[in-house]
Amino acid sequence: MTRPTGALVIDIEQVTKLYQMGEETIHALRGVSLKIHRNEYLAIMGPSGSGKSTLMNMLGCLDTPTAGRYEFNGKNVASMEDDELADIRNREIGFVFQTFNLLPRSTALANVELPLIYAGLSPSIRRERATRTLQDVGLGERMSHKPNELSGGQRQRVAIARALVNNPSIILADEPTGNLDSKTGVEIMALFETLYEQGNTIIVVTHEEDIARHARRIVRLRDGLIESDGPVG
Amino acid sequence: MKALLKRPANWIGFLLGILIWVFLPLGVAVGIYLAVWLYLWLFVLPSGKRLRYEFTESFRIAFAQIRANKMRSVLTALGVIIGIVAVTLMGTAIGGIDKGFSNSLAMLGEDILYVQKWPWGGVEDWWNYQNRPRITADIAEKLNQVIESTPNSTLEIAVPVAMRGSPVKNGEYKVNSVILGTTGEYSRISSVDLTEGRFFNETEANSGRPVCILGADVAEALFQGRSPLDQSVQVSGHPVTVIGVLAKQGSFLGLFSFDNQVFIPLEAFKKYLGLRRGVDVRVKVKDKNHLEESRDELEGATRRVRGQLPGERDNFSINEQQAFKAVLDPVKQGIALAGLFITGLSLFVGAIGIMNITFVSVKERTKEIGTRKALGARRRTILLQFLIEAVSICLIGGVAGLLLTYGACLGLQAAMPSFPIDFSINLVFISMLVSVVTGILSGFAPAWGAARLDPVVALRYE
Ligand SMILES: Nc1ncnc2c1ncn2[C@@H]1O[C@H](COP(=O)(O)OP(=O)(O)OP(=O)(O)O)[C@@H](O)[C@H]1O
Ligand SMILES: [Mg+2]
Repeated sequence: MTRPTGALVIDIEQVTKLYQMGEETIHALRGVSLKIHRNEYLAIMGPSGSGKSTLMNMLGCLDTPTAGRYEFNGKNVASMEDDELADIRNREIGFVFQTFNLLPRSTALANVELPLIYAGLSPSIRRERATRTLQDVGLGERMSHKPNELSGGQRQRVAIARALVNNPSIILADEPTGNLDSKTGVEIMALFETLYEQGNTIIVVTHEEDIARHARRIVRLRDGLIESDGPVG
Repeated sequence: MKALLKRPANWIGFLLGILIWVFLPLGVAVGIYLAVWLYLWLFVLPSGKRLRYEFTESFRIAFAQIRANKMRSVLTALGVIIGIVAVTLMGTAIGGIDKGFSNSLAMLGEDILYVQKWPWGGVEDWWNYQNRPRITADIAEKLNQVIESTPNSTLEIAVPVAMRGSPVKNGEYKVNSVILGTTGEYSRISSVDLTEGRFFNETEANSGRPVCILGADVAEALFQGRSPLDQSVQVSGHPVTVIGVLAKQGSFLGLFSFDNQVFIPLEAFKKYLGLRRGVDVRVKVKDKNHLEESRDELEGATRRVRGQLPGERDNFSINEQQAFKAVLDPVKQGIALAGLFITGLSLFVGAIGIMNITFVSVKERTKEIGTRKALGARRRTILLQFLIEAVSICLIGGVAGLLLTYGACLGLQAAMPSFPIDFSINLVFISMLVSVVTGILSGFAPAWGAARLDPVVALRYE
């Protein structure tokens, strides 16, 4: 069904996530199993409230499952401590958010350098790598601009550069085009396409079929369960 | 060698020597070891390097944040500013009093006891002192006889000094000064520092020759920079020849100038101004480290000279510079107490303000905290960041407070050069320490809350 090109990166089995809202228990995920290999391009779709973001947070080690197994690059992350998860996020995962989430008082370059600070890299290496990555996403000219001096598409490019800069195993993007007009959205998807061609592993959450069609595999969620999982066709 | 080790003092010295030779290199080695490790950790090992980078990044963000919220930050720092101003002003005042005090004490003479009718420092039962017989000049003479006849006396010499305020004139120039009448032996109890001429000798003093030595300010006021030597001045209407000029000495606690004095022979003093008010007898001791002993000896000797019966209360007082300490201590304590109270209060208010502003900052930037966590910030990264922000505001307040105090000190010094103030470098360290501690204490609760935020919850925050 998928092309099992590279090594297994993500392996979750029967993962559930419960939220306690006062009296009420919300079953955000009811038992999801998923395997993702290196250099896959995957879209997660589903109606609002189906658990896409919850699954994404889980995959990105921002959250731990209530029950179930989760192995990331062969390591069991379901039982990891906060700081261990922070290090995994820093080294292995690149996040792209719908609202860009750039630091408003820092330049594009400083924003991209941030994950490298947490990786403990020296200022010269940071500068060099951040510069190169910004050039790769086509922002070589805008490095010293603050976020409010950039267009939406440019901001998302900065965010993508920030996700890429530490050479993560996967890139997770939750509705990356949700705040962009359709033309800019297409440009961003083209950038993801390039990154995929270069060998990156990409997971995109989206509402839109048009966006999902850029991916090679689509996982559809409904009420916290996987409804379908297959190649784009 | 054997002979050397016989005496215990040599033994102790020997052991001490060995201990020093063992522990000094050991201490140095441990110090170097720790320094090397610190260096390796912060500059070579990844974990330490990361911490160092997080520190610099946090400071950068903190200052960007403060710059973006100038008004808010300044208002928040106000409490710290006031606190630091209070604590440094207090330190300056106390330091100034101490400095002025020890300078002034040196002028009074650390090795001088004063036999006088009244004790220094004031009394409540003044009527008990009022009727004491006055101290006459012959007591000094008799004391000297007692001192001479006492084997191993701890006292050296007694000298009578009469004192009275009176104008001194040179033609149209006139200055109110303090006239001191004394004997030629005065120069033995106090080092008389002269810029010109000489002090009067025994013969001149005993015969009451009309000669005088002028204090620096008196000479300046009466002669306007010309040399007063061999010139005549009028002391209470009597012509007196100037034979010497004293070097500048300064003032006692900024109140009472020593450069305002005019010395004349005691006999002349008696003639011009009279000795109705009696004299002080100043007694130099041999060893200022055994002042108590000397004081007891002097008390006994004076009682003998005065013919007091056993059991009778002393009808004189023995004063020493130490008495002033007792007078000043409550003043210093009062300043310290008031200063500490104001400092504590304003720092407390300031700390609450900073805690509040840090809570607001955490709230405003919840999403940023989530983002940072998503990018790999650990709990301590976030904790550090907000702590550093709180500490930075406090440090800015501390520096502002220090500058204010320093400016005030400079202004005061310019306006009143003789006023004793002492802005010591320790105050800088204390203020910085107080600021940092205030920042850490007030920033901790909000920073801890930020560090423990669930990244998912933080990212969802709008
Ligand atoms: N922190 C939380 N506390 C309580 N309930 C939550 C929490 N996060 C998610 N939920 C609930 O879990 C369910 C799944 O939410 P999730 O955000 O994963 O949906 P989604 O598929 O991303 O929706 P959308 O397309 O609107 O973003 C929803 O019912 C939501 O209300
Ligand atoms: Mg969502």
